[in-house]
Amino acid sequence: MRHTISVLVANEPGVLSRVSGLFSGRGFNIESLNVAETLDPSVSRMTLITRGNDQIIEQIIKQLNKLVSVLKVVDLTGSDYVGREMALIKVAAEASSRAEVLRIVDIFRGRVVDVSPKSYTMEITGDEEKIQAVIDLLAPIGIVEIVRTGKVAIGRVKKESPNSGGAREKVPPESLEE
Amino acid sequence: MKKTGAEILIESLRHEGVDTLFGFPGGAVLKIYDTLMNYSEEVRHILVRHEQGAVHAADGYARSSGKVGVCLVTSGPGATNTVTGIATAYMDSIPLVILTGQVPTMLIGNDAFQEADIVGITRPCTKHSYLVKDVKDLPMTIKQAFYLARTGRPGPILVDLPKDVMADSSEFSYPSKVKLASYNPTYVGHAGQIKRAAKLMAKAERPLIYAGGGVISSNASKELTALAQKFSLPVTTTLMGLGCFPGTNPLFLGMLGMHGTFQANMAVTHCDTLIAIGARFDDRVTGKVESFSPQSKKIHIDIDPTSISKNVLVDIPIVGDAKNVLKNILKVFEEEPAQDWTKMRAPWLRRIDEWKTAYPLTYKPGPCIKPQFVIEKIYEVTGGDVIITTEVGQNQMWTAQFFTFTKPRTLLTSGGLGTMGYGFPAAIGAQVAFPEKTVIDIAGDGSFQMNIQELATAVQYNLPVKVAVLNNHCLGMVRQWQELFCDKRYSQTIFEVVPDFVKLAEAYGAVGLRATKPEEVEPVIREALSLTRPVVMDFAVDRNEGVYPMVPAGAALTEMLLV
Repeated sequence: MRHTISVLVANEPGVLSRVSGLFSGRGFNIESLNVAETLDPSVSRMTLITRGNDQIIEQIIKQLNKLVSVLKVVDLTGSDYVGREMALIKVAAEASSRAEVLRIVDIFRGRVVDVSPKSYTMEITGDEEKIQAVIDLLAPIGIVEIVRTGKVAIGRVKKESPNSGGAREKVPPESLEE
Repeated sequence: MKKTGAEILIESLRHEGVDTLFGFPGGAVLKIYDTLMNYSEEVRHILVRHEQGAVHAADGYARSSGKVGVCLVTSGPGATNTVTGIATAYMDSIPLVILTGQVPTMLIGNDAFQEADIVGITRPCTKHSYLVKDVKDLPMTIKQAFYLARTGRPGPILVDLPKDVMADSSEFSYPSKVKLASYNPTYVGHAGQIKRAAKLMAKAERPLIYAGGGVISSNASKELTALAQKFSLPVTTTLMGLGCFPGTNPLFLGMLGMHGTFQANMAVTHCDTLIAIGARFDDRVTGKVESFSPQSKKIHIDIDPTSISKNVLVDIPIVGDAKNVLKNILKVFEEEPAQDWTKMRAPWLRRIDEWKTAYPLTYKPGPCIKPQFVIEKIYEVTGGDVIITTEVGQNQMWTAQFFTFTKPRTLLTSGGLGTMGYGFPAAIGAQVAFPEKTVIDIAGDGSFQMNIQELATAVQYNLPVKVAVLNNHCLGMVRQWQELFCDKRYSQTIFEVVPDFVKLAEAYGAVGLRATKPEEVEPVIREALSLTRPVVMDFAVDRNEGVYPMVPAGAALTEMLLV
């Protein structure tokens, strides 16, 4: 089963290789991995997507926790969370298809970020299924290049009782978007 | 007053109670070695002949004394030569701090002379590692390194020290506390789990304790022995656990696993409650996992959560320090209604005894020296009051089988990584830690040659280490596998040339002795022990001798090949 794991790590040199080395060394796989600084510049957050049975996921979480540079590991899978991915898609669009491309961008609430006489480059944000749907629709028209970020994820705050979220982190209400 | 990086380093080591370093100098650590001369009263430096020897010696020092072993080497090749030693310590959870020189920070990444990314190279085989880029970070880094090495599940920590940082200077004050937000090992076991475990153990009809190196790391031998004794619990140990329970105790079944005793492997297969303590269900212990201890409920006590349910699913996991958890189990046990434990376990112990009598550990004496005979004689002559190190292969397994270990920290052996060449430098380290004790490396001619250069070290520091070479002119364990699994096609396992170890010992300034007949074995051992110099004993042993019982790799523990 696919799992979305959120990892807080010390923002220091070599930490990415400690995490990725753990996965390669123990034969776990990483489908996607995302790293960026948090509010606290001394801490980074990694969001990684991995696959495995319960025993493997348990080992992955334990092994991650064991790394001295890792502060916190949360398996978001199965809990309520928001997951988003962004894709930049360059599409070959000549006279006949230009309008169609723009329509698709519009339907999926994407944005055109670069235009040339023969192409459009667009930005699409959403969950994986949405990104895939856009790609499927644009593919027949002619995709030149795709760059995807991989998923980033954040736990939702439980609406009824904000303090009961076991695997969730406390988020100040003003930072809620959805 | 400002101090240089090198001074800060050594002062910091002093604060950690370090009085012995094993090392080898070089360009990148020139400053550190120069400064060391000013501390010759406080810090003893043992100059090895190869950096691998330095790490193994520090490892032997750590295993025998329980202190953190420290070694110091230069950058590049000095650092890469330590890798096998670090991996050895990592696999066996031995507390080490490895100080490596590094090229100046300006040159890092430039493929400078004697540059190696040692932090990168050793990342998978260290518990943690540091590259010190600023002299101001040095005291806290050393503090953390020692703290990490000795706490939780111990392990090797590498600290990479660029040359310019060692020359740079700063005010020095050693931190009294270490703060690591992301590192909090669990020492106290969960009370509820402990209760459940004690209950299960109390009602078990066929219990078995399976103890590993963790019992030794946490100094829990006393608690383990008390528990076993009081509630009539038979004990088997892993290779790493040998000595954590007295081998002379009637409840002791010997080692289990691939070369374990018949009774231990039968007991683990037929027990109804298996109590694993500081052991990690290694493949050499379990054999075929699916048929490992199929009837038992399993309790697993370990300080490292990743060890639990990694290879074998357990019913009652307890994360915690073995000593602490065992103490608490004993406490809970005492609250259980009193029972006649001896009577309750008698049928199970009788059954174990029957297995023991049916297939005891044995070998067939012959006209030439049997390696097992040498080991038995060493035990007999010394009365077991020694520190034994081993190399890896047949010598290691025969030692585990035929030497009776009664105290923890008396067997130093590379269990996890299986490093040939470990035993001799480890013996040197143990001898440094315990100058008055007898230290014997039980070796093979193959393994001994892998770090034989350390004879010079032993002679230089007059460390009276004894080496018993079970010399069969071949790589015995691999040969045994070839005999069994490759139709006796002995590919590259026969040494056509083996040095004359007696002459070699003499060339180094040590003593060489030889036995070629069984009746010469005991006199040679006695003579070696009477000398206060390093001695190499060359025993010409039977090449055709194998290690039995043996469970072929991947087979169930009950599928033992017997003598």
